[in-house]
Amino acid sequence: MNTLFDKIWDKHVVQIIDDGPTQLYIDRLYCHEVTSPQAFEGMRTRGLKCFRPEKIFCMPDHNTPTHDQDKPIADPASRKPVETLAKNAEEFGLTHFGMNTPNNGVIHVVGPELGLSLPGMTIVCGDSHTSTHGAMGAVAFGIGTSEVEMVLASQCILQAKPRSMRIRVNGTLGKGVTAKDVALYIMSKITTSGATGYFIEYAGSAVEALSMEGRLTLCNLSIEMGARGGFIAPDEKTFEYIKGRPYAPQGEDWEKAVAYWRTLKSGDDAVFDKEVEFDAADITPMITYGTNPGMGIGIDKSIPQAQNASDEKALAYMQFTSGEKMTGKKVDYVFLGACTNGRIEDFRAFASIAKGRKKAEDVVAWLVPGSWHVTKQIKEEGLDRILEEAGFEIRQPGCSACLAMNDDKVPAGKLCVSTSNRNFEGRQGPGSRTCLASPLTAAAAAVTGVITDPRTLL
Amino acid sequence: MKQKFHIIKSTCVPLPLENIDTDQIIPARFLKATDKKGFGDNLFRDWRYNADGTPKDFVLNNPAYSGEILVAGKNFGCGSSREHAAWAIAGYGFRVVVSSFFADIHKQNELNNFVLPVVVSEGFLSRLFESIAADPRTLVTVNVPEQTITNESTGESETFEINGYKKYCLMNALDDIDYLLENQDRILAWEKGQ
Repeated sequence: MNTLFDKIWDKHVVQIIDDGPTQLYIDRLYCHEVTSPQAFEGMRTRGLKCFRPEKIFCMPDHNTPTHDQDKPIADPASRKPVETLAKNAEEFGLTHFGMNTPNNGVIHVVGPELGLSLPGMTIVCGDSHTSTHGAMGAVAFGIGTSEVEMVLASQCILQAKPRSMRIRVNGTLGKGVTAKDVALYIMSKITTSGATGYFIEYAGSAVEALSMEGRLTLCNLSIEMGARGGFIAPDEKTFEYIKGRPYAPQGEDWEKAVAYWRTLKSGDDAVFDKEVEFDAADITPMITYGTNPGMGIGIDKSIPQAQNASDEKALAYMQFTSGEKMTGKKVDYVFLGACTNGRIEDFRAFASIAKGRKKAEDVVAWLVPGSWHVTKQIKEEGLDRILEEAGFEIRQPGCSACLAMNDDKVPAGKLCVSTSNRNFEGRQGPGSRTCLASPLTAAAAAVTGVITDPRTLL
Repeated sequence: MKQKFHIIKSTCVPLPLENIDTDQIIPARFLKATDKKGFGDNLFRDWRYNADGTPKDFVLNNPAYSGEILVAGKNFGCGSSREHAAWAIAGYGFRVVVSSFFADIHKQNELNNFVLPVVVSEGFLSRLFESIAADPRTLVTVNVPEQTITNESTGESETFEINGYKKYCLMNALDDIDYLLENQDRILAWEKGQ
């Protein structure tokens, strides 16, 4: 009761159906090329137009190659959904940021950076990592394609109201410990289903101290805890981040918006269905050893004993043994990017370790900015020169090696230290082995060629 | 895929693993189609087939097991929101998935595609796995009007949750878009109030 989640959710309730779900009004729908074509096709079959086209923004990201974007996509299977999205956007009168245009990038990087995702909004997309936008103080969550069609048709969806959960992280994060480590640590404690059925509010001094980029990373990973979404109450840092962005309110509208946004916080008397608390001092750089994101440990720890058949299957797939150390294992690939860690701060972190060092010779490294705006900022800050001097190449924006839908695939059996969000079997390519970690840990692996505690290089 | 639900009595396909994610149900490389057809052929693709297309030792390749009911370990459908996973399950011919726990988005996706997720207790689930292991012809009855699931081998029965609205939709083959389109005046009224 009286949580920020209640305030935003309740404000958007159109009706509560008797013995049924709630009809919720949606302020912003994002569409990418993978989960929208069947929804647009459904609209055509039913003979419908979009109810509120001005609230809907489309961009391809999953299938876009991270090189030669000025040329047509070579793989026809990837080209088709990307072209279909462009055609659908035109037919239904929606804004579309096409591949290789200035506003294109990974949807969950682009939305916040353009000021399209704002405090107090309800935001959905056919993508589980829509939770990312919660960092702006919005109720944002992933939906299926049928639900995308519902929003196209009515700007509403039917949802049961999730329960509320508060996760506090108190204290100060240690050197070399990032938002990614905080998220992997929480998952390792509450498991990948620990927050299923809940919407998370992240709070506590360690969360408040995170930059906006760090908050986006933390909220991004809410789904990996099972939560539908996670958010952080907006504060002055949020408003400062949004101010002046292309789609942010301007002038008088800005003053009015900020006045409203300042009211968006849980009451002192707020009651959550579940509360969990962690101490920032207990968190160290993390790395995963298994095949779900909850199978993570402090980077200097040993792989724990398997508890059941699922754990044994995971270790067999990863070719790891209980009791072994993660540090020192040979790394074949490193991936910096994705909606989790493809922002400017992530490139700054990676560059801080790469500076003055060289990429390990036999490591293949993919450094993929989350958007063209991030690419631009990398150049403005001179990070591109530092990275190039260290032997790294910066690719073009897209989802890249996060999920093996484009050319960036990790070959079978190869080990990848990845800043993405999922280490499921085959996620980065059939047979690929993924260890999730922060940009600092990814950089440490890239320059040493083995899994390395980044604190030893800072 | 709209079809009416009443009583389903079938043998089961057992998958006694926890945290089965939607990347296993349908790997991302099969998400490039722009229609809903053919996903059933690639259900559990990388557990079912080797890279060269030859079958692996996996339950879907074992002729002893068949039926309209998939029985899986807890936290079924975690990970990506891809509705393609539900299309693959429906396309393969499953109408019911039984587990002790479902991931949120996937559960909703199943319902929106006329696949019924039935949540049972951990005890019921483990005993059902035992029944199927002892006899692959074990029958399970899912009675939607009564909201009960029965392991016909042991006679054990449980009730399951489904809200009245969704139950009505499933029993009458109606979807949420039909409902929302009928209620447009409410949406206009909400917008006016802002």
